[in-house]
Amino acid sequence: MNIFLLLQMAADAGPDRVGLVCDGRRWTYGELAAAARGAADVITGAGCTHVALLDESSAAAPIALFGAALAGVPYVPLNYRLADEDLGALLARVAPACVIGDVARAERLNADGGHKLFTREAFLEAAEAAAEGASGEEREGEGIAAQIFTSGTTAAPKAALLRHSNLLGYILGTVDFMSADEDDAQLVCVPPYHIAGISALMSSIYSMRRIVMLPAFEPDEWLRLAADEKVSNAFVVPTMLARIIERMEAGVEADLSSLQSIAYGGGRMPPELIERALALFPETNFTNAYGLTETSSTIALLGPEDHRTAFASSDPAVRARLGSVGRPLPTIELEIRDEDGKVLPAGERGEIYVRGEQVSGEYRERSALDAEGWFPTRDAGWLDADGYLFLAGRADDVIVRGGENISPGEIEDVLDSHPAIAESVAVGVPSVEWGEAVGIAVVIRPGHERPSDDELKALIKDRLRSSRVPERIAVVDELPYNEMGKLLRRQVRAMFQDS
Amino acid sequence: MKPGTKLKSAVCDTEVMVIRGSDASVECGGAPMVDEKPAEPGALDDAFAEGTAMGKRYVDEAGSVELLCVKAGKGSLAIDGVILKTKDAKSLPSSD
Repeated sequence: MNIFLLLQMAADAGPDRVGLVCDGRRWTYGELAAAARGAADVITGAGCTHVALLDESSAAAPIALFGAALAGVPYVPLNYRLADEDLGALLARVAPACVIGDVARAERLNADGGHKLFTREAFLEAAEAAAEGASGEEREGEGIAAQIFTSGTTAAPKAALLRHSNLLGYILGTVDFMSADEDDAQLVCVPPYHIAGISALMSSIYSMRRIVMLPAFEPDEWLRLAADEKVSNAFVVPTMLARIIERMEAGVEADLSSLQSIAYGGGRMPPELIERALALFPETNFTNAYGLTETSSTIALLGPEDHRTAFASSDPAVRARLGSVGRPLPTIELEIRDEDGKVLPAGERGEIYVRGEQVSGEYRERSALDAEGWFPTRDAGWLDADGYLFLAGRADDVIVRGGENISPGEIEDVLDSHPAIAESVAVGVPSVEWGEAVGIAVVIRPGHERPSDDELKALIKDRLRSSRVPERIAVVDELPYNEMGKLLRRQVRAMFQDS
Repeated sequence: MKPGTKLKSAVCDTEVMVIRGSDASVECGGAPMVDEKPAEPGALDDAFAEGTAMGKRYVDEAGSVELLCVKAGKGSLAIDGVILKTKDAKSLPSSD
């Protein structure tokens, strides 16, 4: 099995159809497949163990992804935002690699790695030059299509491996071949080193939806491209959506009448943000996607109908689904388990386990799958009576107070219901008496008075119980998020350690 | 048949990739599928001439064999003379 098949089929079915628009150039599926075949020969000739992309999104990303696939070498998109020391360590772990992109930085950080260096332009030129007369030979290698380094919050980043069979299982199970209309276009603005950046390329190509690539997210440019290219579909992380809406409300004009669907994921969507978006885009279909690197992207989704039903409902349980990640894909199995591995019924919080073809759960160092093939996600969550999945933070984020497990999510949900609180986070803080206790950081909504500590404590005590009452309360201007919209809880914890 | 194996029809343009395999021998257009196309295509059996569609997945009744059609043709896919059914992809909103 080889994911190159996806591009080959698109090129066979519509060789002259435009598949990618990037930096003013329009690539047909035929040209993309030819360049990927050329890239495969370049990669094979270089004799490297990995193909590392150290660059923003460009045509080089899909050509390197599919070229590496054909050559049987793992594609490793690296996070160019990492600090020198961290990036240098990752470069050493993939040496010797074909490094595409910022060659000066790769040379400076890992000079003795034996890497073959290509600027973006040099790589594209070499791939296109080798396209004619390319062998097109499919090499199996280790069967690994992509290797993605996790962000590594506590230890060194883990090298998550996605096999051709995982990625093909995901695409063939969720995307109909050539199902897009010829006018459909997908705006891709997530970084190439994120799993969503890879799955967006594959699902767009297999459905034959033209990719409109934004090299790095910027809200005004996103709006301009969406209007100029008559984009029909887009994926954003919540922080991107917030910035797009801000610019629109600030008067930046863009004709988004072609925009049929917006999918979002990658971090928690604040309820008031999605409600603002639903009001601002009444004709647009919203889909919330939940997935992990180790699961080849989406494993649960809240579709457009779910959004509309929840938004329009006065039933609190139905309305609450706007805060869920929807239902598991029909192609995977999902369970909530307690610490002893016992499967929990609806309504009870535990760790999310998944199993299916798309689920890799495999790292370069070890596989995290259990004997029956289940992957423990380390995400905490619960299912409601109708099978909607609600996330409750990382299992590692659980606050252990005097032996009692407290999920930050339940405290945050109560705090967020206070009219003066825009956002909140609960973390474990050191406590002499309890080992760990609850600390909260809150952002006050503009124009509101700061609620007193006593008022917040009383709110938690009344709605939950006394063990959940925060020992430490901090008011901050904003919460720390990474560029993918993930809340950096460790930074909040560090804030309480220092003071 | 190992997953990833590509098979070609001996009587039409159909090509498939094995997604899930067994020891069964797959036929197309009434003739066993082959690794390499013959120089001259054989005759298409009218009883197996419904045609294949690119991108469709085909499964047997037991679900032990699954094939992806990567090139369309005039023949029907079958195992032991029983025509394979198409597997409908789940209709999901785009999430990437």
